[in-house]
Amino acid sequence: MRVDIQQVEDVARELYIRALKVLPPDVKAGFERLAASETDATAQGVLGTMIANIRVAEDTDNLLCQDTGIPIYNVTIGRGVEVDGAELERAIRRGCERATREHPLRSSVVHPITRRNEHTSCGPGVPPIHFGFSDAGGLTIEMVPKGSGSENNSWLRMALPSEGIDAIKTFVVDCVLDAGGKTCPPTIVGVGIGGTSDLCVALAKRAATRPLGTACPDPEGAALESSLTEAVNMLGVGPQGLGGDSTAFAVHVEVAATHITMNPVAVNMQCHSARRASARFTPAGVEYGF
Amino acid sequence: MAHHVLQTPITEAQARELRVNDTVTLEGTLFGIRDANQIALFDKGRSTRFDMRGHAAIHTAPNVKKVPPSPEHPTGYAPVCVGTTTSARMERFTGPLMEKLGVRLIVGKGGLGKGSSEAFERLGGAYLAVIGGTAALETTWIEAIEDVDLDDLNPESLWKFRVRGFGPLLVAMDSFGGSLYREVDSKARARRANTLASLGVK
Repeated sequence: MRVDIQQVEDVARELYIRALKVLPPDVKAGFERLAASETDATAQGVLGTMIANIRVAEDTDNLLCQDTGIPIYNVTIGRGVEVDGAELERAIRRGCERATREHPLRSSVVHPITRRNEHTSCGPGVPPIHFGFSDAGGLTIEMVPKGSGSENNSWLRMALPSEGIDAIKTFVVDCVLDAGGKTCPPTIVGVGIGGTSDLCVALAKRAATRPLGTACPDPEGAALESSLTEAVNMLGVGPQGLGGDSTAFAVHVEVAATHITMNPVAVNMQCHSARRASARFTPAGVEYGF
Repeated sequence: MAHHVLQTPITEAQARELRVNDTVTLEGTLFGIRDANQIALFDKGRSTRFDMRGHAAIHTAPNVKKVPPSPEHPTGYAPVCVGTTTSARMERFTGPLMEKLGVRLIVGKGGLGKGSSEAFERLGGAYLAVIGGTAALETTWIEAIEDVDLDDLNPESLWKFRVRGFGPLLVAMDSFGGSLYREVDSKARARRANTLASLGVK
């Protein structure tokens, strides 16, 4: 299958706008689940407003949140896909710029030293475009607008082997405490365990942006997801940090092997506006999803 | 737990009536403030032509659309999506905002810290919590962008919105030193030991 580059540009544009307007069904279901079990009256009210906002955004065809985030594109290339990688990257970038100009969207991206905003949502190294490969056919582009309230609460700790799994559990609980209401809870708490320092942080981001209801493929990681989800929701931080049971939709864990001398753990959070959109290119055409 | 409908600007006495857990709906003018415009005003010596005395200021940088100037859109900007950003980054500006510009109410999300609490107590002000991430809803409370200053910082310009029925907002910090965030944080930290024990941490 040969991928049409102009179509990639159009899809990259469309995905950014879609992601900002419609929450994935797993996140909507997550809200229903929290609202059904929340025991705190203030938190009930807060969750109710968040659920109302999802409806208002759809009814008024507006953005869920003002924060257009840092645009992230994850590309998965399947079997038999023929594409010029450098052209693909440029097309995604053009699509991202067009979404910003044509909708229009607030460009939330500035040069890190001059703080200059080009009003394109792009800059050196941004949008980050990640490539992966799959045994399945077709090409998939996932788009994640990553809001800064949650992104500003990102942590890495190079713990020691002698500190064991306890260091990892303690670190996650302390990150949730330190984040308080700043991350716009209820959040998806993404935890990366193992790898190198950069891989560990990347795992945490992948965990934070994974659909609700999916489990870590590693059984030890999956067991940690359940116990940590229960634990962080005992803290009472609650939606918006105003108190309540609903601190996190879930804790997601991703693992990678690490060095005998290392015990790294990273935490990255996704806010309650856990936005993402995806498009799948097949010989039959483009199909949008989440 | 009273509900207050406040037409801005307000007096010090009105600000001091607000108590944690009260709710507020704002009517009239609301100013939009942000990292870059506060850095410009308080670190780089720039000034604004806006009279913000007695007013409310919200931590925001909106999505806007350029349109031909008209009575409805006097600045040539129409609001697209106006929401609220995390307040904590701008903690150190609460004092100067109140002291130098006379702002009485800060609208934000996620809460502010000790320095802001002290400023509210000393100068007579309060923090009103918006539910963060609910900008589509918030946008329906904005009538127009009435004016804009420091627009070279766009989107982090200093915005002047006209609002109708902006709320209900929760009074989360008041002039009596009350802070829901501090309360929730200390309760949560008190639960840390039990939480870690439930995870089998020794």
